[in-house]
Amino acid sequence: MSKSYRSLGGTLFDIFNYLLLSLIGIAAVLPFLYIVAGSFASDSELTRRAFFIIPQSFSVAAYKYIFSTDTVTHSIWNSLMITVGGTIVNLFFTVTMAYALAKRGLMGRNLVLNLVIFSMLFSGGMIPTYLVVRELQLLDTFWALILPGAISAFNLIIVKNFFQEIPPELEEAARIDGCAEIGLLWRIVLPLSMPVLATFTLFYAVGHWNNFFSALLYINDPEKWPLQVMLRQIVLLSQMAAGSAQSVDYNYVKEAEQSIKMAVIVVGTIPILLVYPFLQKHFAKGVLIGSVKG
Amino acid sequence: MKLTAESAPSSAHARQRATVMARLRKDKWTYVLLAPGLLYFLIFKYVPMWGVLLAFQNYQPFLGFWKSEWIGMENFRIFFDNPEFFMLLRNTLVLSLYNLLFFFPAPIILALLLNEVRRAFFKRTIQTMIYVPHFISLVIVASLTYVFLTTQNGIVNTMLEKYTGDTIDFLGSPDWFRPMIITQTIWKESGFGTIIFLAALAGVDVEQYEAAIMDGANRWRQMWHITLPSIRNTIVILLILRMGDVLDNGFEQIYLMLNPLNREVAEVFDTYVYMMGITQGAFSYSTAVGLFKAVVGVILVLGANWTAKRFGQSGIY
Repeated sequence: MSKSYRSLGGTLFDIFNYLLLSLIGIAAVLPFLYIVAGSFASDSELTRRAFFIIPQSFSVAAYKYIFSTDTVTHSIWNSLMITVGGTIVNLFFTVTMAYALAKRGLMGRNLVLNLVIFSMLFSGGMIPTYLVVRELQLLDTFWALILPGAISAFNLIIVKNFFQEIPPELEEAARIDGCAEIGLLWRIVLPLSMPVLATFTLFYAVGHWNNFFSALLYINDPEKWPLQVMLRQIVLLSQMAAGSAQSVDYNYVKEAEQSIKMAVIVVGTIPILLVYPFLQKHFAKGVLIGSVKG
Repeated sequence: MKLTAESAPSSAHARQRATVMARLRKDKWTYVLLAPGLLYFLIFKYVPMWGVLLAFQNYQPFLGFWKSEWIGMENFRIFFDNPEFFMLLRNTLVLSLYNLLFFFPAPIILALLLNEVRRAFFKRTIQTMIYVPHFISLVIVASLTYVFLTTQNGIVNTMLEKYTGDTIDFLGSPDWFRPMIITQTIWKESGFGTIIFLAALAGVDVEQYEAAIMDGANRWRQMWHITLPSIRNTIVILLILRMGDVLDNGFEQIYLMLNPLNREVAEVFDTYVYMMGITQGAFSYSTAVGLFKAVVGVILVLGANWTAKRFGQSGIY
């Protein structure tokens, strides 16, 4: 808008708007800053000072403590395995199916597409799915966290739509050059789809890292708990897993309780913050939005 | 072969069948690629759908699905007669209503405010900040809530004690449960929720604004007559989707904030299904509860879609 149209009301509105948005922006990130600060502070400081961003008594005791026991380290390791393995499975299942469904002439394509769409509308629910996983003997294995969510119907349709946009001439040319179907997918379609696939890799990976529900449902063995479940044990239920709690001086836990909780929260958040810039780059491009309606 | 013998009387039929076979053979590798995904949907989506039949059984794990006794609508009758049913329905609906009233408008308002910002750098910075919470897990969100609100050394209660001399047990109080849940949702999702509206707003023709300014329209009038109408469709679509979720409060969030002290307002259909089914092993009964919820959800979303179409909006189905 050019300057000459600005009124006093408009200017006041602008000032108010910039202030309000700044406050909202700060409110979105402030909890993290406080948690990071608190995780490096002593508990007495946490009691004494109400709010701070820079701790006076810088201490890494909380981190030392959580990494001194196997509990947290082990659950981080579990989460990493689930995230990497799960994302690979997601991509394999999503890409192969999306590629097949992108072929307009394929017999039975509409039937399968309708099956996919109907599954977005109606689901068997928690218990029948649980029983299927149990019947397949997947309880207490990482597969239970990976297979039941192998494809997100929503993502599948977006990837399928993207594959359909690839000019058929490209595929024809490759076919004439003697490329078979799977070679076509691998050598022509996938390289062309890298930005989309990068987006879904990140979204699937974040989903696995953050997943709590599946682990709550399917994993009873504390040895196999991912970090999210461990986090809940430590912060919400305020107890370290049975085995390790005994080997630790009780007073030490008591003393550092609040800062230990904060340190665990930081550890659970950092991986997300690390991939966030990449995530933002992709969804900001509108890869997802453009496809919501189409 | 049998196939040729049978199809001999009708050659058209035979030709058709031959083309079918030829097409199947031609796309052989495509079907190989389709297979894993299709199997996934059949095993993990459609077998459970068929599994909702458990709701009409008295399912005994040691008898299995085939030998368990069929009891018709008995599970549903027990559920509707249970006084807990009304508690669950009330809690679920109240939370959904709060969500609709307090959360649903938040991303729209935020997007409108962002849309008024002319400085690209400022806008980008704010966007970067407000999208972050969307990617944080609900366990972390609940953890933050606990760490902030606990009466043992939590920052909020430390401050309250300093200034009022009193502490409030937010986490264990039925009065604070709903405000807590809605605040979490607003904090976590209103930023990310703006994306879809900002995308719709980006498509608005600048000439419309210029014409409006020529006609003497101030900022409010421009917003009211140009900006809002341009995102009306998006709002309607999101409202339709929201309708389908009226009985769906999001299991994880509620479950994480639920405890015996606030159960009377916190227990909703999803957490009840988990408690009855997984914790107590009443598979048939909890499947019936889940099925009730799912069917109402489908009816609501299709109903909302139908209504939207009648009022001249484009639906989604």
